[in-house]
Amino acid sequence: MARTIREITAGVRDGSGTATANLEAALANVTAREDEINAFNLVLDEQARADAAAIDASAKAGDELGPLAGVTVALKDNLCTRGIPTTCSSKILDGWRPPYDATVVSVLRDAGAIVVGKTNMDEFAMGSSTETSAFGPTRNPFDTTRVPGGSSGGSAAAVAAGFADFSIGSDTGGSIRQPAALCGVVGVKPTYGYVSRYGLIAFASSLDQIGPFTTSVEDAAVVLDLIGGHDPLDSTSIPVERPSLVEAIRRDVAGLRVGRITDLPQGADPDVVERLEASFDALREAGATIVDVQVPAFTYGLTAYYLIAPAEASSNLARFDGVRYGLRVDAADTNAMYSATRSAGFGDEVKRRIMLGTYALSAGYYDAYYGKALKVRRLISDDLAKAYEQADVLLTPASPSVAFPLGSKNDPDNLLSMYLCDVYTIPANMAGHPGMSVPFGNGADGLPVGIQILAGTLNEVDMFRAAAALERAAGSEGVAK
Amino acid sequence: MPEQISTADVAKVARLARLDLSDDALQRMTTQLDAMLEHFHDVDALDLDDVAPMTQPYPLTNVMRDDVIATSLDRDEVLAQAPDAEDGRFRVPPIIGLED
Repeated sequence: MARTIREITAGVRDGSGTATANLEAALANVTAREDEINAFNLVLDEQARADAAAIDASAKAGDELGPLAGVTVALKDNLCTRGIPTTCSSKILDGWRPPYDATVVSVLRDAGAIVVGKTNMDEFAMGSSTETSAFGPTRNPFDTTRVPGGSSGGSAAAVAAGFADFSIGSDTGGSIRQPAALCGVVGVKPTYGYVSRYGLIAFASSLDQIGPFTTSVEDAAVVLDLIGGHDPLDSTSIPVERPSLVEAIRRDVAGLRVGRITDLPQGADPDVVERLEASFDALREAGATIVDVQVPAFTYGLTAYYLIAPAEASSNLARFDGVRYGLRVDAADTNAMYSATRSAGFGDEVKRRIMLGTYALSAGYYDAYYGKALKVRRLISDDLAKAYEQADVLLTPASPSVAFPLGSKNDPDNLLSMYLCDVYTIPANMAGHPGMSVPFGNGADGLPVGIQILAGTLNEVDMFRAAAALERAAGSEGVAK
Repeated sequence: MPEQISTADVAKVARLARLDLSDDALQRMTTQLDAMLEHFHDVDALDLDDVAPMTQPYPLTNVMRDDVIATSLDRDEVLAQAPDAEDGRFRVPPIIGLED
């Protein structure tokens, strides 16, 4: 079983372990399995070894160590890392080395975390299986014929395979929670504005949020306590104190009101539904109260999302035009160069979403599509706010199914089958609420099932209380980790 | 709500989005976009007349910073990452004499 961040840093501090030994254990796992899993676009073993040696030297000298000293981290490849290629798994950023670090990257480095590599993802985070990557799919460590989920599939797989102690991903419609569920790890999308997005290459700016993948709820609390906070470089970052989540998980769930959404969209597989029922039982047994709530607009999340996210993406991705970064395909004039570069650099799914978004925003269609989707977004947010008057947290599946076989949902003539992967996760992005997935036993073929815990704006505390209780219950059930 | 998206609409959108699509790709894209937009009719059942659009999840407005000079990105480092640069500027092909 994986060691916790607390155990690793304690070892580095008291001399019973070293950053180098911890890193080498991760790199040994990479050597053994990366060829089949393809979690990384880039492994930074040389730099990581130098960083680990520096931390060990500091420890030996008795210098003050950061809170993550010697802990290994993998970063999704849409987080800017100064001087280190950052691709979004797209050909269009080929060769680009960002001139600055994302805030979350600076914070982690300053805390002593050692960056093992940049992880594979769906191209520009558009997908639910990591199959739209220009660098080939990532495979699920539990069964390499199956997907790890997406879009942060590389980050989820890296933690599940022991390639890093934790990883960072981004979640626009479920891109942390769904792969966490499929890879049997903890994945958190905090409240919109909880973690700075400075240096995260934007997909849909009003929906994107950064969060961690970890092997335990405690580790997720440790990481989020560190990376959460106001950042003047992100004007959407919320300027309020974040309560300690490490403190929160020490509290039990006595009196916590846990909502069951009675009008939840159907479509989850029976094995997943069975685990959801078991999760209600576990929290009831731990002292929580289960209440029935209705969230009628939940069901419209998917529809509105697939206009709002592409609309924002079409605008955000306009900057990739062959002028400032990465790829350029030469042509006689600038307009032809733009089109030639974008046509060669973007993959099919990205083009489709740019087209859909451009259409939804274009003159004559704006009100009928984008404008209407924004109204639906309001309804979803209002309905969830009403539910949180009756319940502190809501439980749903994180994914309608366990990990599915590669190639089984990516038929371009049936896009909805892939898009439906995010039916339970999208509403939290629409409302800006926090959500997380916690492994809770196994479903079909012995594959992991994740339970999604949702809470209202900035109520990470209750979300983490419920998560810790579920994790304890899963442990006592004898669930394989 | 507009009924069906035509190949001509899709070709226009591709021009706006600066994407070259072959005739084949244009046909496929038309079918796929039409299928996606069709799903949007789901929301026709909702009464949205008095609903205010929601553009952002957390109500922060007019976020300002103090007007102080800070270090910005190094120009040479930024330009070194561009496909082409000259005399401290991004270099592009001719921009005069465009068709549209």
